[in-house]
Amino acid sequence: MYNLNDNLQENSKRAENNPQEKYSGMGQAGQGGQTGQRDQGGRRVYMDNSATTPQDYRVTEAMTAFMTETYGNPSSIHQFGRVARTAVEKARGQAAELIGATPAEIVFLSGGTEANNLAIQGVANARANKGRHLITTAVEHHAVLDVMTQLSKKGFELTVLPVDSEGLVNLADVQAAFRPDTILISVMHANNEIGSIQPIAEIGTLARERGVLFHVDAVQSLSKLPISVIDMNIDLLSVSGHKIYGPKGVGALYIRKGVKILPMAYGGGQERNIRPGTENVAGIVGFGEACRLAAEGLGGVFAIERLRDKLLNGIVESIPDVIVNGPLGDLRLCNNVNVCIKFIEGESLLLSLDMQGIAASSGSACTSGSLDPSHVLMAIGLPHEIAHGSLRLTLGKQTTEEDVDYVLEKLPPIVERLRAMSPLCDCEASQL
Amino acid sequence: MYSEKVIDHFNNPRNVGDLADANGVGQVGNAKCGDIMKISLRVEGDVIQDIKFKTFGCGAAVATSSMVTEMVKGKTVQEALAVTNKAVAEALGGLPGEKLHCSNLAADAVHAALNDYAEKKGN
Repeated sequence: MYNLNDNLQENSKRAENNPQEKYSGMGQAGQGGQTGQRDQGGRRVYMDNSATTPQDYRVTEAMTAFMTETYGNPSSIHQFGRVARTAVEKARGQAAELIGATPAEIVFLSGGTEANNLAIQGVANARANKGRHLITTAVEHHAVLDVMTQLSKKGFELTVLPVDSEGLVNLADVQAAFRPDTILISVMHANNEIGSIQPIAEIGTLARERGVLFHVDAVQSLSKLPISVIDMNIDLLSVSGHKIYGPKGVGALYIRKGVKILPMAYGGGQERNIRPGTENVAGIVGFGEACRLAAEGLGGVFAIERLRDKLLNGIVESIPDVIVNGPLGDLRLCNNVNVCIKFIEGESLLLSLDMQGIAASSGSACTSGSLDPSHVLMAIGLPHEIAHGSLRLTLGKQTTEEDVDYVLEKLPPIVERLRAMSPLCDCEASQL
Repeated sequence: MYSEKVIDHFNNPRNVGDLADANGVGQVGNAKCGDIMKISLRVEGDVIQDIKFKTFGCGAAVATSSMVTEMVKGKTVQEALAVTNKAVAEALGGLPGEKLHCSNLAADAVHAALNDYAEKKGN
C-alpha cells in the first residue's frame, strides 16, 4: 500500500510540472503503454473525451482510501459504516451543488444509461394511470431512445420530435407534441455526437405549464454548461462520472422533490428505496470530487472552446469537401468537433488516425455497430454516403495547443491518401 | 479487432489505382451501405497481367481489395474466377464477424471485372 501512496505523491508532484499529466495522473500510460502494438512510441493525442475522460488525479486521490483502509458499509451503524456514510453524503452535496439541487434530490447509481432508464421507466411505471404518451427527440442517446421504443411496445405512445439540419429541436414542434395524456418529455441537454445544445430552459417552461414531467440527459453537458434544475424547470436529470474526469461505473439521477417514480430493482432500501444495493462508495466519492472540480472549473471551458475553434477552422481550411455537422457558435458544445469528410469512410479514417496515435470516433455504419450510419447524422438529413465519412474529435481539459496542431498536421495527408484510394473521388465527385 | 495482416494491407495497400490500359472493369457495393470496390484489370492470353483497385470503405474493405489483387495477379481467368470472398478473408487471417458480409466483396469485384472483360471480348 505504501507503494501506491508513494506513486500517487510522485504523480501529483510531476503533475505540477506537467499540465498534460495533471488531469489524468496517467503519466506513464499516457505516453505509450496502453494500446501497445501499433504505438511506435510517437505522440499520442486523445480526442475522444465524449466517449470518456481521463480520471483527474485528485479524483483518484479522493477515492484511494475508500478502496483500501476505509471499507465500511454506509448502512452499518458502527464507526466504519459512519465514515463511509459521511463520505457518501459529502459527495451527494457536491453533486447537488453542481446542478443547483438539494442533496436529498440526488440518487447515486451506475451511470448515464441506468439514470436514463430509471428516469424514463420509473416515470412511465408510476404515471401509467395518468397517461401513456411520451415525447422525446430523434437525436437522443440510445439509452433514452431504446427505452422509449421498448415502452412503445408495452402500450405507451411515443412522439419522436424531428431536429433541424443543426440537430436542434424546434420549440413549436415541442409545443404541438403535448397532449392531455402526455406524462413525460425527455430531451438531452447537449448532443454527444454533434454537440447541439437544446433549448432546455424553454422546453422546461412548456412542460411545467402543462404538468408534464421533464427529463434531461445531461451526461455530455455536465461540467461544460451551467445547469440549474430550478431555473430550467427540470424534474429529472441524468449525469455520469466518467464524462467529467471521474470514475466509470457511477453517476446520478436528480429527482425533484415531490416527483414520484418507481424503482427498477428492489432490495435493502438504499438511496431512498429508489436504487437499492450497497453503495459504490469509492465511485461515489470520486464522482463527488469530480463534481466539485467541475464546479471550480466551469470557467475553463473558454480555453477548450478556443482550441475547439482552432481545430474546427483548421480542418475546414486545410481539407476541401468537408461538411461541419452541428451548429457553430454558442449552440455548440465547447469541446465538440464533428465533420463529414466526403469520399472517404469513417472507420478507415479512425484506423489511420490511430496509427498516428490520435484517438477519435465516427458515426459511420462500421463504428455504429449496425448497417446504417448514426441515427443523429441521419436525423440532421445527411445522405448515407456522406454520413459514412463522419469524424468526431472531442477535446478535454487536458488537451493542449500542441495536440490540436498535431491533429491538424496529421489529418490532411491521411485524408489525401484515403481519397486517392477512393473510387468516389474521381467518378462521383460532381454528384455528391 | 483486425489481424496484423489486415492492418498491413490497410496501411500498405498493394496495387492501388486505376489501370489506364484495362480491358476489364468491375465495381460492386454502393455508397449507401458504405462500401464500394472498383477493380480494373488487363487480361492477355487468358492471364491477368495487371490489376488495380480503388475502394471506398472500412479497413476490411481496403484490405480485402488489396489482398485479392495479390491473389489473382498472374493467374488465369479460370483460376481468378475460383477465388471466393471467403478465401480472401482467410488469406488475411480472418475478419471480424460483422465484417464478413458488408465489407468482404473484393472477389465479387474481380469477378465483375472479368465478366466485363468477357463481354467486351465476346463483342
